[in-house]
Amino acid sequence: MAMNNQGRPSAPVHTSDPGAYEETFSGSKGLDQAEPLIFERKTYGKTGVDFEVSTGTVTRLGTLVREGGLGLPGLSEPEAMRHYVRLSRKNYAIDLGLYPLGSCTMKHNPRLNEKLARLPGFADVHPLQPQSTVQGAYALIGELAHWLMTLTNMPAVAMSPKAGAHGELCGMMAIRAALDARAEHHRRRVLAPESAHGTNPATAVQCGFSCDEIPANQRGRVDMEAFKAKLGADVAAIMLTNPNTCGLFEGDIREIADLMHEAGGYFYCDGANFNAISGRVRPGDLGVDAMHFNLHKTYSTPHGGGGPGSGPTVLSEALAPYAPLPFLVREGESWRMVEDQAAAEAVNADPFGRMTAFHGNMGMFVRAMSYMLSHGADGLKQASEDAVLNANYVLARLKHVMTPSFEGLCMHEALFDDRFLKDTGVTTLDFAKAMIDEGYHPMTMYFPLVVHGAMLIEPTESESRESVDRFCDTLEALALAAKAGETERFTAAPRFAPVRRLDETKAARQPVLRWTPPAADAHAAEQPPSGG
Amino acid sequence: MRYLPLTDADRAEMLDRIGIESVDEIFSDVPAKARLDGLLDLPLRKSEMEVERQLSALSNRNIAASQAPFFVGAGAYRRHIPASVDHLIQRSEYLTGYTPYQPEISQGTLQVLFEFQTQVALLTGMGVANASMYDGSTACAEAVLMACRITRRSKVILSGNLHPHYAECAHTLTRCTNIETRSNLARPGGLDDIINAIGEDTSAVVVQNPDVFGQAHDLTPIADAAHAKGAILIAVFTEAVSMGLMKTPGAMGADIVVGEGQSIGVGLQFGGPYVGLFACRNDRNYVRNMPGRLAGETVDADGRRSFVLTLSTREQHIRRDRATSNICTNSGLMALAWTIHMTLLGDTGLRTMAQLSHERACELANRLSSLGGVELVTDTFFNEFTLRLPGNAAEMVQALADRGVLGGVPASRLYPGKGLDDLLLVAATETNTQSDIIAYEMALKEVL
Repeated sequence: MAMNNQGRPSAPVHTSDPGAYEETFSGSKGLDQAEPLIFERKTYGKTGVDFEVSTGTVTRLGTLVREGGLGLPGLSEPEAMRHYVRLSRKNYAIDLGLYPLGSCTMKHNPRLNEKLARLPGFADVHPLQPQSTVQGAYALIGELAHWLMTLTNMPAVAMSPKAGAHGELCGMMAIRAALDARAEHHRRRVLAPESAHGTNPATAVQCGFSCDEIPANQRGRVDMEAFKAKLGADVAAIMLTNPNTCGLFEGDIREIADLMHEAGGYFYCDGANFNAISGRVRPGDLGVDAMHFNLHKTYSTPHGGGGPGSGPTVLSEALAPYAPLPFLVREGESWRMVEDQAAAEAVNADPFGRMTAFHGNMGMFVRAMSYMLSHGADGLKQASEDAVLNANYVLARLKHVMTPSFEGLCMHEALFDDRFLKDTGVTTLDFAKAMIDEGYHPMTMYFPLVVHGAMLIEPTESESRESVDRFCDTLEALALAAKAGETERFTAAPRFAPVRRLDETKAARQPVLRWTPPAADAHAAEQPPSGG
Repeated sequence: MRYLPLTDADRAEMLDRIGIESVDEIFSDVPAKARLDGLLDLPLRKSEMEVERQLSALSNRNIAASQAPFFVGAGAYRRHIPASVDHLIQRSEYLTGYTPYQPEISQGTLQVLFEFQTQVALLTGMGVANASMYDGSTACAEAVLMACRITRRSKVILSGNLHPHYAECAHTLTRCTNIETRSNLARPGGLDDIINAIGEDTSAVVVQNPDVFGQAHDLTPIADAAHAKGAILIAVFTEAVSMGLMKTPGAMGADIVVGEGQSIGVGLQFGGPYVGLFACRNDRNYVRNMPGRLAGETVDADGRRSFVLTLSTREQHIRRDRATSNICTNSGLMALAWTIHMTLLGDTGLRTMAQLSHERACELANRLSSLGGVELVTDTFFNEFTLRLPGNAAEMVQALADRGVLGGVPASRLYPGKGLDDLLLVAATETNTQSDIIAYEMALKEVL
């Protein structure tokens, strides 16, 4: 046995049965540390922020001053750091590994973008400061708008929508306003493919339309005969994602646009998948009337665990007058934010309303601008090409062991279904959870709805060939293991995550949406302190 | 290109494996007329240095709040945010994760959201809260829709003292529905007569507290009047810190409480991203009608407590055209910033921050309203108040800016053409020093 000079063993000592001690006394397991809720730490009255001394007098609130506390726990800075760092380690992230969520475009988030978004002239300015004091910030919004219009060959862009779904609302409300201006109040039916994101029908309904689904053909594209049959005098628009949610380019898109326009309707394009074509195809050349960007997808303003997003929406000549307040106009060398109806009318605009209190997610604009300037026209094109190349490489490598839903090449994401798992006892969900044990975030599962047990893989351009190969090796091995009858490997997964599979039924049937004090504590709190 | 790991050799080998000659073949479905040959008319790639130089130049053309005595509010407030907040939200595990749809590897974000929901509920005095909305104004508009789903009525009364941009958002979101939203006329320094406007067919009343002019109100009589007619009281706030000192909307009888969380953890950000807070009564019918994501507690296969997004049958990705809202992405990272800052503050720090803001505002109001011709319009306020100036407030705000003081928001910017041109909204927070206050007083004296 090797010994160092203090007599401490410096090589592992063989133990006979490590499995006997799987549970620990602390609840932590090495670097996977247990962390209670902040409310369970009995830290009321403590604070991690020091202030100047206050006088404690309240002179202008009369009887509206609150007696007593709110029950909000406070942590000192070291305690807070530890709480949030420990919790962070229970999350998967792009910076930890390939994140193949189809339709979500989980690409690298450059840190330059974070740095620039924090410049005081962007982060520490108020949306209602005098306009003369924020001309540089307006210029950035104007420059980003120019890039977005150039990338799409569209004449206008509404910058204020706060996320993709908010951009959908913007586009569909502009369509509604245009129809109202034409006094075509009977146009209330919106067409959308079965494969559409759920936000599309939800948005259509919120804008007062009904949603009519178009079936897909055998090739995963819009069934043109079915589409033509649904056209009519009551049709307001079609909402179409392109490339679609099967990862395929709608080759008939120009014909769809033309037929829709002939029928008197508009074409809304869901831009969620723009990463496949950014810099290579301009939606304005395809007959699009409105399209939202997801800046947090395509232009890499981070997803942040579920937002914030940003959904600027480009508009065609026909819809541009109805863009919502507020919007920027250029006057010589300076910029002016048009904030009210009268000012809008003075520049011949007829806004359908206002979507948010201020003018959009500036922090995301700066990040997207930084991303675009870094890439340039050449880099954006290359990024799209690498994204589709990586996806097709995944498809080529896995098509022999998994089942692609459609024949041929794909765009930026590869769609598989669960036929390769037939009779294995393994479901798409099991397969996804087994990926967690292998150190990967699962792909998008059970979406789109048009194929059975969907698995939608979007590797993005951020992955090296080595990374994509390692990922494909793993999926190939998993697929072979499923076919070889290693069912337990899947049905018991994940085994190596911070928690195992959750009881989602319990969560929904008996919702616990906040912490409440345990009954004993609540009772004790009502009792006066007793004794000594 | 520094963000693209594939080499030309990789690309060639990968094309070979796919069995195609060129990446152009992948784009063969694109109609020929729409295929771009060559590059768009945009600049080529730039180094970090060049991009930083270009954007720094734009940043330098703005006056940042930190560079001037700063008293601008009207829905966004500048506060001190501890350095640890921004450090923590830049952890890769928070910054670069997606929505926690795979709970086994998202327990960090999910526990944070569960804690966030609890803090929002405690702060507002309500039963439950959701995992955030885009911002206060969109949360307010969603609350109007929710109230109409619950009451199955369609008439909504908006207080004239509700931030006009919030009112416009509610009008816009409902303009294509059968919901009728009506705004009363504004009454600076008082409150429009909401109580007498409530009828048997009223679905909800929407009241901001403190209101857009800064005036603080007791909402109890409005809640009682609404409830007597079977209507819902939606209480709106644009400054979450106000609840550090004031009675909560829940204690005053509100049924739904929505507002802007930006001043805690997030910062000014020139209008966004912000974080919308959304809380309501813990009533089954309310919860099932809420918009947005909800984190809930459950157990894993080994019985360990864990957290998961729940009640998603309300949401668009399941319910599609029958969803409670079309919202998908929310404000996750801003909710994280908010909850970290709130955890650092706790009851004690929040109260001190609120107290200091109130003191600064009171002193500023006293000093400014003692200048000749200046009148204090709001007599009961938290950290924001309205002055009547002897002249056009917008012109004076510009004149103040020319003297290096950002003195507030002219009411005419929020209520154009409504005859409120002599009113100025002024906000103070703990970030304002004594010398800021004196600088403002001196500058205003000059421009009057």
